Formats: sequence, C-alpha cells, structure tokens
Amino acid sequence: MIKVEWFYWLVAAFFLVVAVVRLTDREAPRRHASAAFWALLAFTFVYGSAVTAGAGPAWVEGLAVIGLAVLAGFGLPRKGTERTTSDAEREQLATRFGPKLFIPALVVPAVAVVFGAWLAKVKHGDGLLLEKGSATVIGLGVAAVVALVVAMLMFRPGSVAVPFQEGDRLLGHIGWAAILPQFLATLGLLFQAAGVGDAVKGITDGILPKGSLIAAVIVYCVGMALFTMVMGNAFAAFPVMTAAVGWPLLVQQFHGQPAVVFAVGMLAGFCGTLCTPMAANFNLVPAALLELKDTYGPIKAQVPTAIPLLACNVAVMAVFAFPR
Amino acid sequence: MWVLLAVAVVIVGFALRLNAMLVVTVAGIVAGLISGMTPMKILDTFGTGFAGSRSVTVFIVVLPVIGLIERYGLQHQARRMISRLAGLTVGRLLAAYLLVRQGTAALGLMAVGGPAQAVRPIVAPMSEAAAERRHGPLSEPMREKIRSYAASADTVGLFFGEDIFVAVGSILLITGFVDTTYHLKLDALQVALWAIPTAICALLIHGARMLWLDRSLGRLAGAGAPADDAEAVTTGAGR
Repeated sequence: MIKVEWFYWLVAAFFLVVAVVRLTDREAPRRHASAAFWALLAFTFVYGSAVTAGAGPAWVEGLAVIGLAVLAGFGLPRKGTERTTSDAEREQLATRFGPKLFIPALVVPAVAVVFGAWLAKVKHGDGLLLEKGSATVIGLGVAAVVALVVAMLMFRPGSVAVPFQEGDRLLGHIGWAAILPQFLATLGLLFQAAGVGDAVKGITDGILPKGSLIAAVIVYCVGMALFTMVMGNAFAAFPVMTAAVGWPLLVQQFHGQPAVVFAVGMLAGFCGTLCTPMAANFNLVPAALLELKDTYGPIKAQVPTAIPLLACNVAVMAVFAFPR
Repeated sequence: MWVLLAVAVVIVGFALRLNAMLVVTVAGIVAGLISGMTPMKILDTFGTGFAGSRSVTVFIVVLPVIGLIERYGLQHQARRMISRLAGLTVGRLLAAYLLVRQGTAALGLMAVGGPAQAVRPIVAPMSEAAAERRHGPLSEPMREKIRSYAASADTVGLFFGEDIFVAVGSILLITGFVDTTYHLKLDALQVALWAIPTAICALLIHGARMLWLDRSLGRLAGAGAPADDAEAVTTGAGR
C-alpha cells in the first residue's frame, strides 16, 4: 500500500534541501538562522509520523512548533540570493516556448485529479492501493514529481539543482507565511480542545430559536463570516464554528450532508475574508502595491459582492445540504 | 466563557500588527491555560495538532516546478495571452480577468494571477488605459476606484475558484479537521464539487459589478472636474 507518510517525508526532504541552499548561500543575511528554520520544519514533518502513529511523545513536536513561531517572530526565515533569469531572458524564452509553458503547470491538477477520482478506489491485495482518505495528498506529491520530470525534459536547465534554487526563491517570497495556514489549523484545534467552540455554542444556543433549520444555517454561515473577519482567516474560524454549530446542529441534529455543509461553510468564511483588514495579504498588500491613497479601497470594492454572496451560500446550503 | 479571551488576544495582536505566527501561538497558549491545561498538555496539543495538519502545507512540493516554469517565462506568456483581450472597456476587461482568474485557480494554477505578479504590472495599467480611451483623463477618485476593482477581481476570482481544485489548502483543512475530529471519511472531490454553485454565484455577482463599473465611471467622469492631476495617471501603476 502506498502510504501518505512517504509524501510528508518528501515535503520534509524539500525543506531540508532549502535549508542546505540557505546555508551555502554566503551572501544571504542571517543564513544560519534561516537554515535552522527550514531544518526545524523538516524535522516536524518527519517526527510528525511518529506523533500521529503514537510512537513518540507529542510534546517534542510541540516544542519544535513553538521554536518555529519564535524564529518567525524574529523575522525569519530571510530571503536568499535570487539566482534566476532576467526579465529580458524570460521575454525571449516565452517567445521560444510559447503556450507549451503551461504544460507542466497543467500536469499538476491532471495527475492530482486522476489520483483523487480514480486511484483512490483501486484495490491492492486486501486493502486499497492508496492509504484511505489520503488520495489528495498522495496525488499532489506524485503530481509534483511528474510535473518536475516533464519540465526538466522540456527545458533541460543543465543542473538538477536549478528547480530547487527556483523553489527556494518562491519559498523565500512566502517566508514564514508558508506555514501560517497549518498554524491556524493547529490554533483551531487548540481552541476546540480548550472549549472555545463550546463557549460560542453557549452564545449561539441563547440566540437560536429551537428546531429552526434555516436559523441554524444562517448562524453557521454568518458566524463563519464574522469570525473570519475577527481572526483574519477562514481556516482559524472553521474549527470553532464547526464545533459550535456545523457539526452538532447541522450534521447531527438536522442530518445535513457533511460535504455540502462544510464546503459551503468555508466559502461563507471567505466572504468574511473579503471584508477585513485582518486578512492583510489579500486586502492591505494589494492596496500598498497599487499605491492607493485609501488603504481600504479593495475592501470597499469587495463588500458589495461579499454580502449577496453570503446570502447565496445560505441558500445553497439550505437547499442542497438537507434531506427532504 | 473566559476562554473567549484567547479570541481577544488574536484581535489585539492583529490590530497591533504583531507577527501573526507569534500572535497565533500566544493565543493558543492563553486558551490552553484558561481552560486549565498543564504546560505539558499544551505542548502535546500543539504537537498533535501540527502533526495532524501537515496536509495543509503539502502544496509546497509544487514550488520547484512552478519556479522552474517561471524561470522560462510563464508570466510573460500569460501577459501575452491576457493582452489579446485588449480593446475592451474597463468593465469587460476586469470581468474577463475575473473569469480567467477563477478558471485557472479552479485548475490549481494559483500562481497565474496575484496582486504582485499580475494586477500591478498588467491588469491595473490595462484597465486604466481602457478607461482613458473611453472617459478621457482620469480623476483621482476614478483612478483609485479602477485600481481597487482590479485588486478585487483578482481576490474574488482566486477565493471562489481555488476551492473547486481538490488539492487546495482549504479543502485539505476541511477534510483533515473533520476526519480527525469527528471520525468521518470525507471525500475531497465531493467537497470541491460543492464549491461550484457558490463559484457560479460569485462570477455572476462580481462580474455584473465589474460591468457596472463602466457606468459608475461615466457618472464620476461627468460629475467631477476632469483631472487636474492627469499627469499623475501616466506615471501610475505601470512603473
């Protein structure tokens, strides 16, 4: 059976390569500390296998996670020296390769869908070929490798180090924000373990008329949007609102289809992201890049879409998620 | 109820523009302490939570191949393809960009757009050029509005396109969280499928508002005195 953990080790290997690229980049600022960040992250991906299997104490992983947050607090990791093509070179290369440039990029979703839609159901011996419930992660890992091979054959960059230098360049732009979604997911789980969901449930129970499906749908969707505006990210709001309303009321009590309830609930959260300066990377960064006088310009352009769209989400969930 | 103080930590932290990773970590520790967890138990929860959420970060493995295609001129090629849409009004141009952005994001090509890669260098200047052709020199409020709408087309297109692609962070987060917490086996493809109705609504609503932009710009052009700062326009986002 193909195991999902192998692909977490593949990710860890990539982080380790980035750490080495950082360490050997003598012109980069604070290269040792930046390399330490990526190496520590690689460790969490490998040691995470032991944690999920119950084979190693979880506090070791927890300590490493706190370490990552502290390093990020000091502004790490830093960008490295960019070793890539110039604007003029790219213009020429685009003329040479044309629309073919999109082929490796299109290989990624194509392979990922093949794994998710078809290989996920293929049997191998007594069990499934792919570890149950992990087809997406496995598909993405395989897709990345296949696309890389295709791209290497197309472009022949001359050295196997080139794609990793380019990957390091992109990761350098993203920095610690690359693992912020994973941190927010962790925070959501921690909030849930600490009873934040229950506290919110206490409040919603107080305002929610008993037995009203439509009221529960509205509270879940609007709650996702409001909580997302507060937290700046739908990823952090999702576990809390789902523990408070989505799971106990919509799925357990009203027998909603989980796939519809959770997919639409997350999208209701995205409506909140459109309206909040807390989502700095989506709303304040573009305003700065476009040199707008009004920092809230993009939010003002988005609010009139977000409100009717939130209503659409309520309608989609109410119509399609529940048995009738 | 006191545990909601942890939510307040997040709000205050973000409001003070502190490092998001630190804010998130401190909020987690505060939530744990208020609910009576021992420091060891908090570390354990951080560890299991992070290990269990690794799938959210797997998208990183495509960076080497995306970086490689960029090295060989992906953005320049995308720019060429988008520039064939020239000759339209601002509204139609932005509606078309919204459609392209949503469509490519649904295929998992999140890197095709973006405020830095596409909006500033391509979409905003082209939109301003299209508006100038129709309304003459742009006033300050008109220029601000066009740029804000250009940024919004990118963001809305990304948000309500990417969730149709199965291997995106939010889908992985949904399945990861629900499966570990409630012992379900959610099919990621099903979750992605149910993002389609909202995606269509988003395209219709935001697309219509983009088309409406032509009219409201016409009103702005009629109302305001035509730009005394027209010079600023030519030195705008295209730099």
